[in-house]
Amino acid sequence: MAAIEVNNLTKKYGPLEALKGITFTVDEGEVFGLIGPNGAGKTTALRVLSTLLEVTSGKVTIYGYDLVKQPDKIREIISYLPEDAGSYKNMKGIEYLRFIAAFFQDERRDQMLERGVRIANLGERLEDRIDTYSKGMQRRLLVARALMIQPKLAILDELTSGLDVINAQTIRRTVKESAKQGTTVLLSSHNMLEVELMCDRIGLINDGRIVAMGSPKDLKAEYHAANIEDVFVEVVK
Amino acid sequence: MSRGLGNIMKKEIKELLTPSTLIPIIIFAIIFGSLGGVFGGATQELSEPPKIAIINDGTGTISQFVEMDMTARSEVLYNGTDLDQAIQVVSDQDGVAVFIITSEFDQNITENKSGVIQVYWILEGSGLLEGMSTDPAAVMLSQVSYDLSKAIIDSHYTDNSTVILAPINATQNTIYKGTEMPGVTPGMILGLMSGQSFIVPLIVVMVVIYAGSMVVTSMGSEKENKTLETLLTLPVRRTYIVFGKLAGAAIVGLVLAAIYMVGLGYYMSSLTSGASFDLSQYGISLDLLDYVLIGITLFLALLSALALCMILGIFTKNYKAAQTMTLPITMLALIPMFVLMFTDFSTLPLVAQVLVFAIPFSQPIIAINSLMFGEFGIVLIGIFYQLAFALGAMFVAVYLFKKDILLTGRVKSVEGQGKRSSRWFSLNRGWKRKKA
Repeated sequence: MAAIEVNNLTKKYGPLEALKGITFTVDEGEVFGLIGPNGAGKTTALRVLSTLLEVTSGKVTIYGYDLVKQPDKIREIISYLPEDAGSYKNMKGIEYLRFIAAFFQDERRDQMLERGVRIANLGERLEDRIDTYSKGMQRRLLVARALMIQPKLAILDELTSGLDVINAQTIRRTVKESAKQGTTVLLSSHNMLEVELMCDRIGLINDGRIVAMGSPKDLKAEYHAANIEDVFVEVVK
Repeated sequence: MSRGLGNIMKKEIKELLTPSTLIPIIIFAIIFGSLGGVFGGATQELSEPPKIAIINDGTGTISQFVEMDMTARSEVLYNGTDLDQAIQVVSDQDGVAVFIITSEFDQNITENKSGVIQVYWILEGSGLLEGMSTDPAAVMLSQVSYDLSKAIIDSHYTDNSTVILAPINATQNTIYKGTEMPGVTPGMILGLMSGQSFIVPLIVVMVVIYAGSMVVTSMGSEKENKTLETLLTLPVRRTYIVFGKLAGAAIVGLVLAAIYMVGLGYYMSSLTSGASFDLSQYGISLDLLDYVLIGITLFLALLSALALCMILGIFTKNYKAAQTMTLPITMLALIPMFVLMFTDFSTLPLVAQVLVFAIPFSQPIIAINSLMFGEFGIVLIGIFYQLAFALGAMFVAVYLFKKDILLTGRVKSVEGQGKRSSRWFSLNRGWKRKKA
């Protein structure tokens, strides 16, 4: 069974059409990346798939659940990490992880928390208030929040945006490990190198349309390009 | 230099002078302008002759003099012998008092005593304006007393200086909303009632403002800190998110209300502890059931405010915008407080009654005055109305929580984002064309 099936999805904000009929599938355990410029529709696509925004037309299923008819079922198996996500600044890191775990079944909570502490890797700083954290520490906490629940599908928007190389690499490694353990990952990024490093397949999105799709290797071969950035420029020519 | 100053000033004005800041202030100005008209009319009435009834049981020329002087200085609605009828006429025609010149009046004066006039004040409410309405009649009585002093001196009825200086001994009675209170003046009633009826509006206003702003700013900060998106993708129903936020703020609001109630209750009881009479001896008091009903109206007012604030919070973009969003709720809470402080709900014109009743924060204030007189009907209707209002507002909040508007705000702002991306595309295409 495909983890995600998106068929002719459109999304309108009033008169503006942000998604103009995108179609793609993501297999179970796959890391799939959506890349494109600002305003191309990446975040809108991720927000729709995360049940945050309504579908204008088209059909989306996630692990067999219909996005329009069964959003509650979908929320039980996904985890969404927005680009500039924040956390409750008055909480301690550990309290925030506990707060999130409390939305899930009792028997899984301890295991989740243990996993969250491990992914965050913040040591004793987890006992400090979040407003004392650096940007990198906050992002690690949020990634821990997103992955500790072992979602069937993790939707990650601009995973390492604004982070230094060390923090970015740590987070990428964590996501890759989660994917190895069976979590399907759908991510978006401006960073073509990041996508090339992490994704099994990628979809290039521009002006609300997917303009090319395939594995980084196949796309580079098809467009005779040295890297994905060149593929992108070639595709949107 | 000055260009820079102007530039900054222009940016600040554009940022601060938004429809959400202006509209509530304009509405508030219009409402208070209209209230000014109502109160202006009431103060104009105070400068007109008082509407009274006279029953002259006296038999001599002195009582006749007093009756004529009263007639000249007032608008006499009734002049006869039946007290019940006089009270009825005065009540029906917005009069303020019935004056009975007693049968011994002339004899009293000639026997070197002050002549007795029994006064029945008709008080229809405990607002400041109702309290002021009896003043012209009281002034008229003292003018008549002055005229009588002169007449006594001129006609040598008596040489007794005490009688000359105070020829009229007015025995005061008040009929407050149909209840006769012998020996009680309107001032005594208003003093006691204000102590009891001001505390509730103050609590309502404080709680609505504090708890309401908590909900709006919570929504504003959830949006600003981008925690709302995470919350909305967790396995929890949107209804529970709305109810959870409302319940949290309601509990804090009730704690605040309890603290205010204790503090203000102590303050008010200190003010009224020296009162010379107790309204409960006339059956005007609150029992346990009444307090329960007032508590329910307070809770429902709080719930309505929170649900309204939740709706406003859905439209807010960030923490800063959230702070101005509380203005409309603050004003809705202030309107019934001010209106019902000046005048009793029952004495308002019908249109004003409907408007005040429609504000769910009015009900606790209306309830406390109504329950004192055992008027349960209006209180129960108010409770059902508040319940319907709160449920309706919560339903709207839950509905909006499931809509895009919660995250995207107004379409206009999203269009702005679209324009940015469109511009990127056109620039990108232009660049690509050039490259080609």
